[in-house]
Amino acid sequence: MAYSSKVIDHYENPRNVGSLPKEDPNVGTGLVGAPECGDVMKLQVKVNPETGVIDDAKFKTFGCGSAIASSSLATEWLKGKTVDEALAIKNTDIVTELSLPPVKIHCSVLAEDAIKAAISDYKKKQQATGKTAEKAAQPTA
Amino acid sequence: MAIKLPIYMDYHATTPVDPRVVEAMLPYFTELFGNAASRNHPFGWAAEEAVDKARKQIADLVGANAKEIVFTSGATESNNLAIKGVAEMYREKGNHLITAVTEHKAVIDTCKALEKNGYRVTYLPVQKDGLISLDDLRNAITDKTILITIMTANNEIGVVQPIAEIGAIAKEKGIIFHTDAVQAAGKIPFNVNDLKVDLASLTAHKIYGPKGVGALYVRRRNPRVLLQAQIDGGGHERGMRSGTLNVPGIVGFGKAAELCRVEMATESVRLAALRDRLNRKLHEGLDEIYINGSVEHRLPHNLNISFAYVEGESLLMGINDVAVSSGSACTSASLEPSYVLKALGAGDDLAHSSIRFGLGRWSTEEEVDYVADKLTKVVTKLREMSPLYELAKEGVDLSTMQWEVH
Repeated sequence: MAYSSKVIDHYENPRNVGSLPKEDPNVGTGLVGAPECGDVMKLQVKVNPETGVIDDAKFKTFGCGSAIASSSLATEWLKGKTVDEALAIKNTDIVTELSLPPVKIHCSVLAEDAIKAAISDYKKKQQATGKTAEKAAQPTA
Repeated sequence: MAIKLPIYMDYHATTPVDPRVVEAMLPYFTELFGNAASRNHPFGWAAEEAVDKARKQIADLVGANAKEIVFTSGATESNNLAIKGVAEMYREKGNHLITAVTEHKAVIDTCKALEKNGYRVTYLPVQKDGLISLDDLRNAITDKTILITIMTANNEIGVVQPIAEIGAIAKEKGIIFHTDAVQAAGKIPFNVNDLKVDLASLTAHKIYGPKGVGALYVRRRNPRVLLQAQIDGGGHERGMRSGTLNVPGIVGFGKAAELCRVEMATESVRLAALRDRLNRKLHEGLDEIYINGSVEHRLPHNLNISFAYVEGESLLMGINDVAVSSGSACTSASLEPSYVLKALGAGDDLAHSSIRFGLGRWSTEEEVDYVADKLTKVVTKLREMSPLYELAKEGVDLSTMQWEVH
């Protein structure tokens, strides 16, 4: 199968590979997928508690080139967005940007799931610590 | 010596035609173009003579008599002819067949087709090393069993089944024994009499011959095996397979078989050394890599390795100047992990992380070193990017983790 040049670029030069401290109350972690399905994504966001803006995003992905590219792209898009803006990212946006073929759409779905899981984890932490941090935790999503 | 890219290391999928084979074939496209079935003029005689010579060359490769070789379009047809041909011919004797879960699709799907027509098929499991258990085989045999079909060497993991022992059991029970010998014949010693094989599928394109020509060895004595033809017509090939013979292809098949027979002893030693070098270098550069299937009972030119925590397709993407296969070429278009590796109980994650290396006549030490180095770098990079590798290094047992299977 031929990959688009954007997928190849993300595969060869993945953006924001790495990990953020899981225990940090301002970090949300999403781990989605399953090894037996052939793809697992870990996506993390670090939210500025003052502004509700995502300062940093990191990923690690076990999966095909399209899965790596989808999560790499997601981290690029997440940085600078508010939590609510982040939740508005749709898998179809990723499909369009990376020109994913139909058999690879599930990679973009997984990336969207990973974003949602990371933000939900962050919100849970915020509620647990009782710090309803400004816009970030507004129950609008 | 400079390396020519891309490197071909997928000799189980197909092989290039040896120039000596091409040379032997060429006259049969033009000046010696006759129909081997034309009995009344020199054009036909020349073609028939060439076919007879090839029949002998192929028979010699497997220790058969030339009259026992039936030409087909390839091994898929040979497997269909053997299995359906026996099932239909011996229907009154019984309706039960025995095969294994790791067979090629050409065998599995043929058996599935028979099941729709009232036949019963036992699919033997394999052990962790990819070999069937002879006890399982004995236990599966009933008084209705008419055919055992077990491949000699597996196309993905290269393991070689205990064919002589299976042949002895089949003989003892009076059951016809077919083997898909496509990956083995021409690569390792394969003699139909020593192994007590009654039917064997062969193909030219896996042994440096052309695509589109294969053969079925059909035993003529002790016992004489009868087959229901699957293609009707002019009654070619002793009535077992009608259709004008592919004379140039058959000539090439014959020449390829002869070259393999003559060169097998030295070539298999050379390839085993290259394969072992590849394996050693990968193990030196990487931890947590696992060979799939028996190391001892294995083709000399096959290596199938799972690279834990790294997904196979992304691995192939990183070595895109090397032609290898993740799973088998027939299934690599789908996202399903290899059913052969799953049958070994490898776990789906390891099945997703596997690469099949097939070495062959033009493989070199330089190529092996290039592939080992490149793969070591790519796996290391992908593991740095792998959440599974990170979790494993933190001491998390991945097999007990709860995953949301989507």
